[in-house]
Amino acid sequence: MSQMPRQAALPKCPSCTEPVEPGDLFCGACGYDLSAVPAPPQDHPTLTMTGSAGADDGTAWPDPGPAGSDMPSAAHLPTDLPGTDSGDTPLPGHESGAGRSPGSGVRFDRPDEPDEYPLQAPDPRLTAAPAEPAQLCVACRTGRVDSDGYCENCGHAQPRERDHVERESGPVAAVSDRGLRHHRNEDAFAVGHTTLPDGTPAAVAIVCDGVSSATRPDDASLAASQAAGDTLLAALPRGTHPQAAMHEAIVAASQAVNALAEEPATAREHAPHQNAPACTIVGAIVTSGLLVVGWVGDSRVYWVPTDRTAPPARLTEDDSWAAQMVAAGLMSEAEAYADERAHAITGWLGADAYELEPHTAAFKPDRPGAVVVCTDGLWNYAESAEEMSEVVPADVADRPLHGARVLVGHALDGGGHDNVTVAVLPFPVPPQGAGSA
Amino acid sequence: MRSSMANFAKSNVPRFSVDVYQNEYLPEGGSEVNAVVTVTATGGGTIGSAVSAPVHAPGRQPSAAVAIMVDCSGSMDYPPAKMRGARDATAAAIDALRDGTRFAVIGGTHVAKEVYPGGGRLAVADATTREQAKQALRRLSAGGGTAIGTWLRLADRLLSAADVTIRHGILLTDGRNEHESPQELRAALDECAGRFTCDARGVGTDWEVKEVTGIASALLGTADIVADPAGLAADFTRMMETAMGKEVADVLLRVWTPVGTTIRFVKQVAPTVADLTARRTEAGPRAGDYPTGSWGDESRDYHLCVTVPPAGLGQEMLAARVSLVVPQADGSVQNLGAQGLVRAVWTDDMAASTSINPQVAHYTGQAELAQAIQKGLDLRKAGDFDGATAKLGRAVQLASASGNADTAKLLAKVVDVVDAATGTVRLKTRVAEADEMTLETRSTKTVRVKK
Repeated sequence: MSQMPRQAALPKCPSCTEPVEPGDLFCGACGYDLSAVPAPPQDHPTLTMTGSAGADDGTAWPDPGPAGSDMPSAAHLPTDLPGTDSGDTPLPGHESGAGRSPGSGVRFDRPDEPDEYPLQAPDPRLTAAPAEPAQLCVACRTGRVDSDGYCENCGHAQPRERDHVERESGPVAAVSDRGLRHHRNEDAFAVGHTTLPDGTPAAVAIVCDGVSSATRPDDASLAASQAAGDTLLAALPRGTHPQAAMHEAIVAASQAVNALAEEPATAREHAPHQNAPACTIVGAIVTSGLLVVGWVGDSRVYWVPTDRTAPPARLTEDDSWAAQMVAAGLMSEAEAYADERAHAITGWLGADAYELEPHTAAFKPDRPGAVVVCTDGLWNYAESAEEMSEVVPADVADRPLHGARVLVGHALDGGGHDNVTVAVLPFPVPPQGAGSA
Repeated sequence: MRSSMANFAKSNVPRFSVDVYQNEYLPEGGSEVNAVVTVTATGGGTIGSAVSAPVHAPGRQPSAAVAIMVDCSGSMDYPPAKMRGARDATAAAIDALRDGTRFAVIGGTHVAKEVYPGGGRLAVADATTREQAKQALRRLSAGGGTAIGTWLRLADRLLSAADVTIRHGILLTDGRNEHESPQELRAALDECAGRFTCDARGVGTDWEVKEVTGIASALLGTADIVADPAGLAADFTRMMETAMGKEVADVLLRVWTPVGTTIRFVKQVAPTVADLTARRTEAGPRAGDYPTGSWGDESRDYHLCVTVPPAGLGQEMLAARVSLVVPQADGSVQNLGAQGLVRAVWTDDMAASTSINPQVAHYTGQAELAQAIQKGLDLRKAGDFDGATAKLGRAVQLASASGNADTAKLLAKVVDVVDAATGTVRLKTRVAEADEMTLETRSTKTVRVKK
């Protein structure tokens, strides 16, 4: 992250409560735009810390945890993949929702909606009911947050769970952020790791980008990434070839998105002219010797070798108007991408997709490196493989979560015009239990 | 965008729901947020949609008190049909009283007199008191001046003595309020506002439209013209039936807005346009109440326009929260449970931020229609025929485009329509006074958006 002109800064990020350095424009942990926050009042509210992280090496990034730990960090959301470690034991933090700290940004015990909402001049009879601990607004730092999630002083909506999501599973990590220009995060991802029948490890990542012109794109990306991730983690231990498993996963994701179009009949009655939910999908599987990718749409996979003298590569071909023009020889790449139709996608998951054509490819890289799986929210700021390679940190294979944060930070620094989601997988996947460093 | 929240908990009050129609998307730097808020009360005194008459179930009905104020000034005898019509209409209204309803008849001149039952009391409606009241109407005779403020003050004294849920007045006048100053009438209206609601009717064509609409507006009732006295009885029956259908009185539209927000206006836009902006009373931090009067089974629309401090792209805020409250005797309020959220979301998607919500567009047009008619008629009276032609032409165009057929018909009696689509009209050289007054009185009537 570049150092920007000094702004009024908070000692803690209002979104994730990570400590921030004076002068930070964005939270180093979650990317929250600190410049939008007015100087806080002197009396700080009590907020629960989510972790033990702190700035350790002179950068704004908190330490993601001891490198080489063979156990993943606790997840940030309850919707985690039901991953297991190599001993088939549920991952820490996955056993149940109980026992999590209330400060983790996840509401596990939200009470039923009251019949009546306490308003600004609360009826004493209503406020007598046990209230949730008063939560201070992240925007004005003075108002309470009401039951609808808005500040009762300045009216600002509070950050939603999906505004910023980070997750680590074994050797793979991913970060998703709402960005700076969109009002919600329509991207979603799934990461996980498992063991193949021969005892060797495998790691998977799925990234989906909701199509904004469709209805409920955020639901589409979430359903697709979960279905695809679940499918991979079920198929790979059974011995399904990774490339076949990727194909199955994309088909399963497609069915999950199609099913959304049928769901709330009442909602469609109210808005009959809306499009069916839709999203892109891109995924990667890494094993000890194989790298498999699959995609529909314009989300991408990049290969960045650890030895930066070796050439990086983009491993996917967009289902986009521009890519089709170039592939058909009708336009040069420069001409095609300069056209306003360049980013119109020609393939997606959703009930109104013409025909599902999952693309898959398998690679056997001859050297170690990192696999970057991302939405266009990132690659708009690092389009070519060379540009991507330049922004990927050198130690990305050892610190994938840190690497994913750095890449999300790159997109936010560039303007954060879109939701941005990045998953990072080291290749080859480090053996479980033997220390991955 | 549509959101709704209903409350089923209250037993003797209709169920209120609030729906919000808006385009919440604003461009970068945008600050004006518009929303149409539909408030609907259901489950009150009527059964189903086919039956519009109140259900007569003694003991379950809300208690009500009604004062009928009949103009008895000398002019009511010119022609004598007016006094006859007023007597018949009052009798018809009395017939429409539900058993158990408290009522009184007031004869109004430059002073107010109790016609029935007298003695500063209200009668309780039953077969006997209805007959007695109708007998008393025979004593009504024309003679004297007009001081409407005194009628309203007497009605207030009588109604406030009754321990009832609904307090309502029906006021009939045939002439100008000549025997008191406009300030005196204003003071009486201010005193009575919020204490009872009142429908106002002008009979004949010698009354002042702005006086009658001003009374109805201040007291949150309806205003209309009954040019032909023969039509009075039917109109009074309808008014009384509507009054008998009211279930809850003094409902306030509570609007909360965040810090830094300015309320540009709060208007009722259906069934009629009524600007409530200036009628706000503060209700705690950042909240204000706007009076809506009493409600039966009905639905009304409100247009809310607020200016919020612009936030960055991708930000979302609550621009207003609309709820309904009823003041209680102990100074607290009962919250009717329903609420609507008006939101603002900043986006760089031009298609999203430039589109106008159809409800907002429709009612913006209906409000302009009412204003164009009023301005046009004022200009016509002032002799500015070009100005009047332009305004009334615009009114014709708006009425035609929005499907407001009733208003279009009334306009066609005042102007010759050459082309409704472009608003090309010619002023008629001869316009019946009743037609012009009807147009003016009913100019605020709106139609709902075509679904």
